[in-house]
Amino acid sequence: MPETTSARSRTRRSEALGAWLLTLPAALSFALLMLLPTLAAIAMAFTDYELGLVPVWIGLENFRELLEDRGFRRSFLNTIIYVGLVAPLSVGLGLALALLIEAGARGRVFFRAVFFLPVVSLTVAMAAAWQYLLHPTIGPVNTLLRLIGITGPAWLSSSDTVLISLAAIGVWENAGFNMVLFMAGLTAIPRELREAACVDGAQSGWSRFWLVTWPLLGPTTLFVVTITMIRSIRVFDTVAVLTRGGPNKASEVLLYTMYTEGFTFLRLGYSAAITLVFLVIVLALMWVQTRVLDRRVHYG
Amino acid sequence: MTYPTRLPGLSVEGARLSLGGTPILRDVSLAVARGEFVALLGPSGCGKTSLMRVIAGIQAADAGVVRIGGREVTGLHPAQRDVAMVFQSYALYPHLTVAQNIAVPLTMRRLSAAQRLPLLGGLLPGSRAARAAITADVAGIAEPLGLAHLLARKPGQLSGGQRQRVALARAVIREPGAFLLDEPLSNLDAALRVTTRREIVEIHRRVGAATLYVTHDQSEALTMADRVAVMQAGNILQIATPEEIYREPVDLRVASFIGSPRINLLDAEIGEDGVVRVSGAATALHSHARGNVTLAIRPEDWVMGAEGQEARVEHTEFLGDHALVHLRMGAGTVTLRAGPGALPHAGEVLRLGFDPARALVFGPDGRRIAAHRREPACA
Repeated sequence: MPETTSARSRTRRSEALGAWLLTLPAALSFALLMLLPTLAAIAMAFTDYELGLVPVWIGLENFRELLEDRGFRRSFLNTIIYVGLVAPLSVGLGLALALLIEAGARGRVFFRAVFFLPVVSLTVAMAAAWQYLLHPTIGPVNTLLRLIGITGPAWLSSSDTVLISLAAIGVWENAGFNMVLFMAGLTAIPRELREAACVDGAQSGWSRFWLVTWPLLGPTTLFVVTITMIRSIRVFDTVAVLTRGGPNKASEVLLYTMYTEGFTFLRLGYSAAITLVFLVIVLALMWVQTRVLDRRVHYG
Repeated sequence: MTYPTRLPGLSVEGARLSLGGTPILRDVSLAVARGEFVALLGPSGCGKTSLMRVIAGIQAADAGVVRIGGREVTGLHPAQRDVAMVFQSYALYPHLTVAQNIAVPLTMRRLSAAQRLPLLGGLLPGSRAARAAITADVAGIAEPLGLAHLLARKPGQLSGGQRQRVALARAVIREPGAFLLDEPLSNLDAALRVTTRREIVEIHRRVGAATLYVTHDQSEALTMADRVAVMQAGNILQIATPEEIYREPVDLRVASFIGSPRINLLDAEIGEDGVVRVSGAATALHSHARGNVTLAIRPEDWVMGAEGQEARVEHTEFLGDHALVHLRMGAGTVTLRAGPGALPHAGEVLRLGFDPARALVFGPDGRRIAAHRREPACA
């Protein structure tokens, strides 16, 4: 029956056409706003484009320069140290806060709001408060340290402590966000499982945590760790406001280097190469989350 | 049923509980002997699960004493109470294998916190022997429950019936003094439910614990239990054998909750002569009480014949071995269980009498009133 077959394929074709028409607005805006700029940035990374000049294709030259650029290597290392400090500490603190607030009978809403405040407040504005807190002479932190006989360092202007100080601010910024995510994860754990753990002999809160809470928080923890790493790799505003990468590049981080190369020195091609490195790291993290770890923390 | 050796199993005395101002348990007392199987039967929201949670120690009661194996456990943590519980949702640990799930009550008790550590724990002294013993115990309990081939699976890979068995195995592996089951069959399909009933009774016999089985399904309660405790609105109305609960309910609420189809209730009054009358017509029942009462007759206790109340057949339901006949009697309707023989037709008017030995009379407060067959007047 050739007629019906061709009729059927005709309907299928018109259906496909309709589907394409319906997705067109979304597809078009995705292409214009996301795909094209990303591709342009990737392409730019292989040129020596500087603002106002004609870009010339130079292949991997930018990346070779990055490898030899001591400033970039410093910035890359600083970012890793920053993430290495902020991610575990803010995840651990977020989990501890969530468990404490969940276990407490009163004041849940109050404590949740207090610890979530850094997330909703403007980091740039809060940075001013941190600058005061960490001021070497008039700052309350060093004043308190003096009371117990310790001379505090110049937190933000000494190359030994600047990264630690920025990481502390990063932990303060992220812990509340992680706490809220963990609290959502905790409420998803069936109450009967904890009760079963009690009846099964898990007498201490500690043993119930390891028997039920921690394993069942697996998916949440994985998500929180990934999102915290991505958020802390993107650290920029505290650095830009408080230290400008200094002193002596001791607090240069990836995005700040990219910003200075692109917007101060106007070397857009080089800046795009840094962006590409950044993009690859973020994508790798997301890939690890979805492909490798997801399988180990979801219990089918 | 009486137990020649009523060893102390579990008991609750004077349990009271209210949550958020709503009374859940009102002075509940219950005792289950060692080796006895008691079903706690009631509609949802009657407090039966709360009572079980109070016994397990998951929920603290406002007042009352809980004893398990003769020892008072009222203030103790669930882990110290010698109870095991099967939850309605089974509450299996999704990240552990079947074997690990079943082993949890043993690892929690036999291994120290350090010995439970994933890798390091295995190196500690005594750990290897203890773990080997646990593995052997798990295999021993899994075999008769047909779980031997599933030990390496995760709960997510099991069917509902298999999960339920894992939950049972986990509960009984420790040979608890009190064995609590919270509607364990409600998530299974109908066919599986009937076979699992017998399995649970067999497990109970093997373990010999004091078993309390919470259910809202009267056929489960009547078929499985040595005694049934009927609970409603936070009170236990009656605790008795299944036969007694069905034949001799002490409360109108018990009579109307037990039995399917529902027991027929007729308004009746007892005159000064002590004769029970329905719509003015004398019945064969006699009582010392006076005033308005409720006459309750099971659908199988009607007698179709020349005597009794007139009733018009509304419709009949043929069910194979028997049939249900729905009739209009006065202002109300009644149900009659008839044999599979010739069925009355719709519209037909019958006269319904009843077996006076089986009829039940309840006072206005719902309590049972003694009533007897009226003796033929002695000349």
